[in-house]
Amino acid sequence: METILLFAPLIGALLAGFGWRWFGEQIACIIATSLLFLSMILSWVIFLGFDGETYSISILRWVESGSLFTDWAIRIDRLTAIMLIVITSVSALVHLYSFGYMAHDENFREGESYRPRFFAYLSFFTFAMLMLVTADNLLQLFFGWEGVGVASYLLIGFYFRKPSAGAAAMKAFIVNRVGDFGFLLGIFALFWMTDSIQFDVILPMGAELATQSFSFLGFEVNAANTIAMLLFIGAMGKSAQLLLHTWLPDAMEGPTPVSALIHAATMVTAGVFLVCRMSPIMEYAPFATNFIIILGALTAFFAATVGLVQNDIKRVIAYSTCSQLGYMFVAAGVGVYSVAMFHLFTHAFFKAMLFLGAGSVIHAMHHEQDMRNYGGLRKKIPYTFAAMLIGTLAITGVGIPLTYYGFAGFLSKDAVIESAYAFGGGLGNYAFWMLVVAAAFTSFYSWRLMFLTFFGAPRGDHHTHDHAHESPVVMLMPLGALAFGAVFAGMIWIKPFFGHPDEVGKFFGVPYAEAQMEEGHDLADEDAHHYVFTGAPGEGAIHQAPDNTVLNDAHNVPKWVKVAPFIAMLGGLLVAYIFYIAVPSLPARWAEVNRPLYLFLLNKWYFDEIYDAVFVRPAQALGRFFWKFGDTKIIDGGINGLALGIIPFLTRLAGRAQSGYVFHYAFAMVLGVVALITWISLSIGG
Amino acid sequence: MIGADLAVLIPEIVLSIYAMAGLMLAVYTTKDGMAPALTYATAAVFGIMALFIAATANGPAQSFGGMIVVDDFARFAKVVILLSAAAVLIVGQESMQKSGLGRFEYPMIVTLAVAGMMIMVSAGDLIVLYMGLELQSLALYVIAALRRDSVRSTEAGLKYFVLGALSSGLLLYGASLVYGFAGTTLFAGIIDASEGGMSLGMVFGLVFMAAGLAFKVSAAPFHMWTPDVYEGAPTPVTALFATAPKMAAMGLFARVVHDAFGMAIADWQQIVAALAVFSMFVGAIAAIGQTDIKRLMAYSSIGHMGFALMGLAAGTDQGVAAMLIYMSIYVTMNIGVFAFIMSMEKDGYAVTDISALNGYASAQSGQALALLVLMFSLAGVPPMLGFFAKYAVLVAAVDAGLIWLAVAGVIASVIGAFYYLRIVYFIYFGEPREGLAGRMTVIQWGGLMASAVIMIAGIVNLFGIDHLAANAAQALVR
Repeated sequence: METILLFAPLIGALLAGFGWRWFGEQIACIIATSLLFLSMILSWVIFLGFDGETYSISILRWVESGSLFTDWAIRIDRLTAIMLIVITSVSALVHLYSFGYMAHDENFREGESYRPRFFAYLSFFTFAMLMLVTADNLLQLFFGWEGVGVASYLLIGFYFRKPSAGAAAMKAFIVNRVGDFGFLLGIFALFWMTDSIQFDVILPMGAELATQSFSFLGFEVNAANTIAMLLFIGAMGKSAQLLLHTWLPDAMEGPTPVSALIHAATMVTAGVFLVCRMSPIMEYAPFATNFIIILGALTAFFAATVGLVQNDIKRVIAYSTCSQLGYMFVAAGVGVYSVAMFHLFTHAFFKAMLFLGAGSVIHAMHHEQDMRNYGGLRKKIPYTFAAMLIGTLAITGVGIPLTYYGFAGFLSKDAVIESAYAFGGGLGNYAFWMLVVAAAFTSFYSWRLMFLTFFGAPRGDHHTHDHAHESPVVMLMPLGALAFGAVFAGMIWIKPFFGHPDEVGKFFGVPYAEAQMEEGHDLADEDAHHYVFTGAPGEGAIHQAPDNTVLNDAHNVPKWVKVAPFIAMLGGLLVAYIFYIAVPSLPARWAEVNRPLYLFLLNKWYFDEIYDAVFVRPAQALGRFFWKFGDTKIIDGGINGLALGIIPFLTRLAGRAQSGYVFHYAFAMVLGVVALITWISLSIGG
Repeated sequence: MIGADLAVLIPEIVLSIYAMAGLMLAVYTTKDGMAPALTYATAAVFGIMALFIAATANGPAQSFGGMIVVDDFARFAKVVILLSAAAVLIVGQESMQKSGLGRFEYPMIVTLAVAGMMIMVSAGDLIVLYMGLELQSLALYVIAALRRDSVRSTEAGLKYFVLGALSSGLLLYGASLVYGFAGTTLFAGIIDASEGGMSLGMVFGLVFMAAGLAFKVSAAPFHMWTPDVYEGAPTPVTALFATAPKMAAMGLFARVVHDAFGMAIADWQQIVAALAVFSMFVGAIAAIGQTDIKRLMAYSSIGHMGFALMGLAAGTDQGVAAMLIYMSIYVTMNIGVFAFIMSMEKDGYAVTDISALNGYASAQSGQALALLVLMFSLAGVPPMLGFFAKYAVLVAAVDAGLIWLAVAGVIASVIGAFYYLRIVYFIYFGEPREGLAGRMTVIQWGGLMASAVIMIAGIVNLFGIDHLAANAAQALVR
């Protein structure tokens, strides 16, 4: 079953990509899609029937070299099971959605076949992503990691006639190389220290690694911290965290279904998955986890601020994704990996839906993406509006405070924020406040998007507005399915992800035990039973050290902390309402007054400009130097000089010596003898 | 006693008697009318002798007190000489006839030359060496000038003779020095005398002898006669020059340096290596400017001799084996190429201009393909046999610690690849002008095709040549 689940998308990709000439475009797309639905059904069967016990299915021996040996294997544990349903569900729905969205595309010429290629790429991406999450060793994980990178590159650059799409694809690939370099170093370091890349071997060694050190860049460094940092650098690249985030907004050049699948729901969460997968090592790397908290919170805040002023509908959602990924990393950093996975899980539903909804809007508006040209679309496309509304309610975190009733985002985001507070100390407070402010911004930009798109008077081209139309049913069905997830996913699964340690432990297959009651600590009112995790590193899907009590503490944070994100959300909503419904002239005036700040945000904190000046231009200058001088002048010039200058000269010389006169020839022979005699005499005499 | 001595020399004796008997027969019958029959008969005798030598191979034998040595090395060289000479005779017969050179003396003189070559590779004494060498050379001087009414041919013969005399002088001077310092002309005696270091006089003798031998293998800087003689001589004669005598001279070179000077490898190693490098580069560079395919093949053979000398320079049995493999493959390739060159003609006249090959592929695709294979093989492109030949000598040189020599060889072969590939370029991509009109005869076609097929089929196991060469090398190097 697991094998079928894993290889169905690959078969779909191959059939659709290479076979469409035999059985036609439409059939090829249908084959790819139905194979993915098969995968999805199998995933849900595994997820619902899974009992928490990790197991591994070996497919074949892959590498055997010295002490390095690696299988192709499918490792199923709770982390994998969660990722399986996220990946296959979103992917299957996106496949379905693409039937409508990609039906006619102006970026391709009449009669040009592009749809089978698109579906093949999507299916190939899904296969690579499944490879990544089912890996039972780091090499296979890295294979999937690079596979999704390739698929992402192909899909971002899918509109290959657009120069901007090609540039964005290259940018995504190159920025990811930076992260991948760190990731590779991390794998090497792990192999160096443990002599293995198998998860069953390396994960139990977390505590041991914390006591070891090795020499890196001339410094004697702690093994666990260094490895964790290097792995996180890989995660930063793939999950678009600050410093390596610049590729994600540009990746919106790809078709919108791609943005929904790859750049919202699945691939960008691979970094979070990696950190959770490596939790037995992360737990013993305090320096690295602190760094993750700082960077995650900063990313959440930074991306939210930039999202405030963007005008392209997809870019707003892209920055929102970047910001939400920061939330997930904060949760992982403070040590509640289950909460990180929870937010990953719910986020996949509502963010995919927001993207697909945005795609539906773009489809309706004939590929217009600037929100300033929208307005008043509520009536024109009511189903899309409903879906977007649910998505917005979910992402902004609407629910009933202090209860477990609310949209998916309400439950998971609040869980992250409470965990950050419960982590305590300066770092915990910093993360808490950053996330709360980010939540307010999230609310503002999400509602801004809604108000600009669906409310007010129509702006922009009249003709386009008149012809705005609701999307076909193949595009609306996925929206409905995702809406269901966005509403209920949080409420259904909050206990296993963010319940008490016994519930979470059972779900993730981690051993737990009843804790000793501390003297004078009154817990009776909150929970009668008090449990702690007792699993050794490597047992179960995630690991939390015995002294890591954040999960318990998060349930006992003060009430104002629990309400804070809700208040922030209301504040954001209120300001958005005033800015875009009550007094529509206000944003322009505000931007006028705070012009430097506005420009700073509009230009995304000038990250691209700084990188361009610091990295891109020097690299290009260096490349140009090697090309113009090193290659053209020295190598080409050298070879050409030799082949066109010196050799013909020698040839002419030899030709002239071959004069035809016997005495010349005899003279040459005598000279030869003289030279040999002289040389031999000298070499023997000396 | 004398009977046992002569028994060792049966093939040489048979050939000599056959040559004289053939001459008598032709003189008293139809003279030149006998030429075709005699040619084929000679080739048959060569073939039988090769079989005889191969069949009676049982350990080393000596006669006349060690003046004649017949071991596996000599047998290997003799079989190559006999077979290549036979092949050249057969392939060249029609061409000789056509150009009015169907003389009965030709196969007989070749027979005498071959007898000389066989004595060369069996020489165990300086005097026998010289005897074999001169028998071969005198015969070759004559057939170089076979076309007496042609200025070029007589010029070629004369040049060859004058320069050959000079080289013989050098060789003799070297031999007399060696004799003077060793007190004997026997190789076995010379190697005893040089044990524990050679005197300067012996070294001088060695250098002069090496210069004389280098002339025979046409190694640079003693190569200057080669292009002129190749161009001037009738094409079948050129084909002979490029094959059997090269093998003989190479065998003699190996015989002298190992049998007579095997104790002083370090001394002659640098001479041979210098000759090798110089030959490879002269062969590669000078050939680029050639427009005549026979001159081009002359430089090609100079370059190839450089590679074969590289194997010899290694000074090991592996090196000698590599040299023997190289020579066998080289000879086979050349027979194929010359079979083609003999067929090059336009309006009844032989042409040797390379530009005549322009667009040849569109006219004769099969022959063009065979020629392509041979050119690639000559250039040393895998998977043709020529590559393995070069590979063997390079490995031998590297194993012997002569890495600089191997590197030089690789560079030279890169330069040399240019002119082989240029021929292929002309054949396949050249503008077809007035192409070659002449059709190949069946025998020429067979020679070309067989040679090309061997270049590809041989990669399976080299037809076992490598084992034979290894045995031969072990017999020589002690």
